[in-house]
Amino acid sequence: MPKQSPAPDWQDLALGTAITEPGSSRYQRTGDWHSSAPVWDLDKCIKCGVCAVFCPEGCIAMRADGYPEADMEYCKGCAICVCECWAACIAMVEEKE
Amino acid sequence: MAERKGMEVSIAIAEAASACDVDCIAAYPITPQTHVVEHLSEIVADGDLDAEFIPVESEHAAMSCCCGCAAAGARTFTATASQGLALMHEILFIAANLRLPMVMVVANRSLSGPISIWNDHSDVMTERDVGWIQVFAENGQEAVDLVIMGHRMSEDKRILLPLMVNFDGFILSHMVEPIEMPTREEVKRFLPDYEPQQRLDIDNPITMGPVGMPVVYTEAKMAAEWAVRDAYKPMVEIMGEFEKEFGRKYKPVETYRTDDSEILFVVMGGISETAMTWVDKVRDAGVKVGLVRFRMWRPLPVEDFKKAIAGVKVLGVLDRHFSPGGPGGPMAQEIKYMLYGQDHAPKIVETVVGLGGRDVNFIDFDQIFDRCKAVLGGAPVPPFELIQVRGGHYGKA
Ligand code: SF4
Ligand code: SF4
Repeated sequence: MPKQSPAPDWQDLALGTAITEPGSSRYQRTGDWHSSAPVWDLDKCIKCGVCAVFCPEGCIAMRADGYPEADMEYCKGCAICVCECWAACIAMVEEKE
Repeated sequence: MAERKGMEVSIAIAEAASACDVDCIAAYPITPQTHVVEHLSEIVADGDLDAEFIPVESEHAAMSCCCGCAAAGARTFTATASQGLALMHEILFIAANLRLPMVMVVANRSLSGPISIWNDHSDVMTERDVGWIQVFAENGQEAVDLVIMGHRMSEDKRILLPLMVNFDGFILSHMVEPIEMPTREEVKRFLPDYEPQQRLDIDNPITMGPVGMPVVYTEAKMAAEWAVRDAYKPMVEIMGEFEKEFGRKYKPVETYRTDDSEILFVVMGGISETAMTWVDKVRDAGVKVGLVRFRMWRPLPVEDFKKAIAGVKVLGVLDRHFSPGGPGGPMAQEIKYMLYGQDHAPKIVETVVGLGGRDVNFIDFDQIFDRCKAVLGGAPVPPFELIQVRGGHYGKA
């Protein structure tokens, strides 16, 4: 859970808008601007891991069962994984809300 | 009390910074500020001041280094003018919004084109929005005093902002004046060692100057607004303490012979001295006219100004800069902002004078005064006018 509110009132900002807690960037969920999300058809996946290597956000992890999974709190919706997948098993799906 | 000694004002300012025992100076020489940094580099090279003098390659670098010095917790000083201040422009916002205390003297000079090294206020007036504290000196003694007060104000825990001391290029910078220079010991009593509120420290790491996403930028700007506004009270307090220590009185808005005046002139900076002499002359001839001067420009001392001009019928405003194709001079614009919609607000006769080193003398004051008298007598308020111009502002008469 974020310790500092991501949307503080101006009176609660640190002096000079400094960040006073080291490592606090891990509280920042930076994936809120994707407008479409990659969706996997794992039946076609050959577990090669190429999508994980090419994801510029490093947000695809290979699960214990060998299949990839994206962390949508950091995915930017760039579709690079879709382009790089050999087996064409990823598709971008528009998010409605 | 220190004795008065004849000194060039630029040299005196360097001595004042030295008396403040500054830790870091990052500066680039530029006319007419050069003697300030030249002399400071001498003082440091001679071992008379234990400070880091960083001879940078540009003013952009100077201000960037100053930010680094202040962020590291050093008492920081710099000086510039004109194109140099303009080159610092983007970093000025950063220094203010990162809340980095430092003092910069600006030997006010016009901006090119055409190239001009002479005095007006176009450099500082185009930097009104950067979020610094801005004060004006009218003579060398005041410049010295404001450098000393400036460090104390800038470092005050209730302020923590960079502060700009403006003094007119050449007209003051190259003037030899009798100056009472406080000693380092005297200054130390008034200006204690600097204890930064927040600084770069490996043991307590913080991030200064991170990205402000849209979710936080507006709040950061609000904080900057109140930082400058809230500086007013402690600044006045510090002016009072300076008076106790050194016997010289400073106010956010200075007045001169305003009693019973129906017409007041409003000026800023070194022109005040000529204006006071002119007021004496006119007053001695039995005409009631006085003078109001902004000492503090940011924060804008709205209430002091309103009090200073209460009951007056006409203000003659003498700006030293204007916005081409815009609403005239900056001081007049801001005075209108302060008075708009007020009952019994005085009429404002706006003039722009003394651009790029053109002398402003009694003939000009007389001419402006005639306009003010005409308006007092019921004539319509004329549009803003650049006087002293051959060919006339609005065409040939
Ligand atoms: S869409 Fe882009 S950011 Fe998201 S998982 Fe694929 S490659 Fe990574
Ligand atoms: S690139 Fe395609 S096939 Fe390879 S692991 Fe990723 S989804 Fe599976």
